[in-house]
Amino acid sequence: MRHIKWVVLVLVALSLVAPLAVAQEDTGEGLTIGFSQIGSESAWRTSFTNAVKAEAEARGINLLFSDAQQEQENQIAAMQAWIAQGDVDAIVLAPVVVSGWDVVLQEAKDAGIPVVIVDRNVDSDPSLFVTRVSSDFVHEGRLAAAWLVQATSGQCNIVELYGTVGSAAAEDRNQGFNEVIALFPGMKIIRSETGNFVRTEGKQVMESFLSAEDPANICAVWAHNDDMAIGAIEAIKEAGLVPAKDILIVSVDAIPDIFDSLDAGETNATVELSPFMGAPAFDAVVSYLNGEELPKWVPVAGKLYTDRAAYDADHQ
Amino acid sequence: MLEQLIPNLKNQIGKLKIGNFTWQNSRAFWTVLALFIIIVANRLISPNFFSIQMVEGRLIGSLINILDGAAPIMLLSIGMTLVIATKGVDLSVGAVMAICAAVAVMLINQYESGATDFYYTPPFVILIALGTGALCGLWNGILVAFFDIQPIVATMILMTSGRGIAQMITNGQSPTFTDDTLAFIGRGVIFGVPFPIYLYLAVFLLVYLLVRRTAIGLMIESVGINARASYYAGINASLIKVLVYVLSGVCAALAGLIIAGEVKSADPHKNGEWAELDAILAVVIGGTSLSGGRFSLGLSALGVLIVQSLLTGLYISKLHPTANLVVKAIVVLVVLLFQSDEFRRRIRQLVRRRA
Repeated sequence: MRHIKWVVLVLVALSLVAPLAVAQEDTGEGLTIGFSQIGSESAWRTSFTNAVKAEAEARGINLLFSDAQQEQENQIAAMQAWIAQGDVDAIVLAPVVVSGWDVVLQEAKDAGIPVVIVDRNVDSDPSLFVTRVSSDFVHEGRLAAAWLVQATSGQCNIVELYGTVGSAAAEDRNQGFNEVIALFPGMKIIRSETGNFVRTEGKQVMESFLSAEDPANICAVWAHNDDMAIGAIEAIKEAGLVPAKDILIVSVDAIPDIFDSLDAGETNATVELSPFMGAPAFDAVVSYLNGEELPKWVPVAGKLYTDRAAYDADHQ
Repeated sequence: MLEQLIPNLKNQIGKLKIGNFTWQNSRAFWTVLALFIIIVANRLISPNFFSIQMVEGRLIGSLINILDGAAPIMLLSIGMTLVIATKGVDLSVGAVMAICAAVAVMLINQYESGATDFYYTPPFVILIALGTGALCGLWNGILVAFFDIQPIVATMILMTSGRGIAQMITNGQSPTFTDDTLAFIGRGVIFGVPFPIYLYLAVFLLVYLLVRRTAIGLMIESVGINARASYYAGINASLIKVLVYVLSGVCAALAGLIIAGEVKSADPHKNGEWAELDAILAVVIGGTSLSGGRFSLGLSALGVLIVQSLLTGLYISKLHPTANLVVKAIVVLVVLLFQSDEFRRRIRQLVRRRA
């Protein structure tokens, strides 16, 4: 019987070590990866950069970071330098614009350096890059709708603050949201207007909604981004109503300012536009180098937050 | 029927005289009519369009919203009207808004983090921002007046680089602030009325007195009609041009501060985005010709109100957002067509031939 005890101990020890051994192989430790970032135009962009750097450090990846200062030519120059020196195993590119990448992507391909596109899209032939890692806007819309359905038990007249008409973020968030509320006959979008993702316009649209509609008839605001939601909060307060109580508010992005509003109890929920694209991008590189087939799009899904503490816990 | 009615109406209205302002100018007639129709349409869409309530010491209602929301473009339209009257155009106002807001917010951030130098205090920050606007205008004016660069090109330089400058000032970020004095410019309320409306009225009155109670207005028009002839008549055309661009820069600074105050942030990407086009559109709808000469500050203001009322109408209509731009374009087209003497003449001909 004493033997069994030992056997169990050894098995337990093995089961603890085994996953580690496998995981180590898959983190990309020791790889050198070039990361061309657009710039640092927003707080979100900065946290995206920091998230990629932190992930690289945690994995033991040697990250070569290049800030393009909003210029495509800087991005192309950085990539060409990496390709010429031949010292990178892969390139992660956050493109500033959609077009004009064919030549440099071909050069990378010819040199046998895989490229992973993150965040914005490119219009090049998909054979020129490994995969694209980006936010799943549809998922964000679904998540916002699911929260609102739960908060109102499926009975709610919603006004929608639309993003810039035609932008992927606006169209996809709208689509995802509508998919979910379509399941609940009591959930209706009674008004929808564009605020172009801008705070002042979000406020003006909300003012118009409040004057054209009986405010008591508006149960919730669904804003395609936090900025418009913050504008709407102002409009609701000025109309003498209590935001997040008289009218519920849910939006997307999780910018720092919206947490001030959450702290003040003036908004209800925000879905994060996830900056954590480093891990899936590095995973894609490792899978590719291991010879695995990858889908051409790896969606990154943000989480929904209703208070600052939960957000802080995820962003240490 | 309509053809008979409208000239009749016009004659009737033509007899009305308010001060030295008459309705005889046909452009004025069509501009006022357009605004009237849009407001009636808004009233039809939304039954409580005219309702104004007092809520917590603040008037709320669609009409107040229109005036408040229009204030930044109204301010821009003052400077833009004078610039256009000199046969120029100022494409840089949107970028100048961003620059001035960036300057103000960066300085006020210093004040908020404890800097005690007097130039970090809110009144001085506002003055510095206005000075920055004047400096931007001076730059444009010098390029146009002394180097004889075409206005559209000269101001395009600052239009394209201006947002970059604003981003450099804020280190590419979009800093926020909490100072109530600076925020008051955008969100303050006096006697229930939003502060931006007072600000606009004050600037309008000042500029109106400046151009109509002195010879400056006449000089601006003469420079716009024929700069060379004005020069021979003894008008310092260069000085007049520099003056109007500086004024346009200061107006842009105020507009930028309103937006910054409203959102408590200097968003160098979004502050004043497309504002130059809205301002030019409003001036043109108001009936001031892009080929310079006669101008009317009042009609430009009506032009802004037309655009803003139309926007509010679209917000309260249940049209899908994708239709907005098309509807806006159609309405602007119709207004401009009816202002065109040529178009009205052809319509008259067509009606006569039928009859």
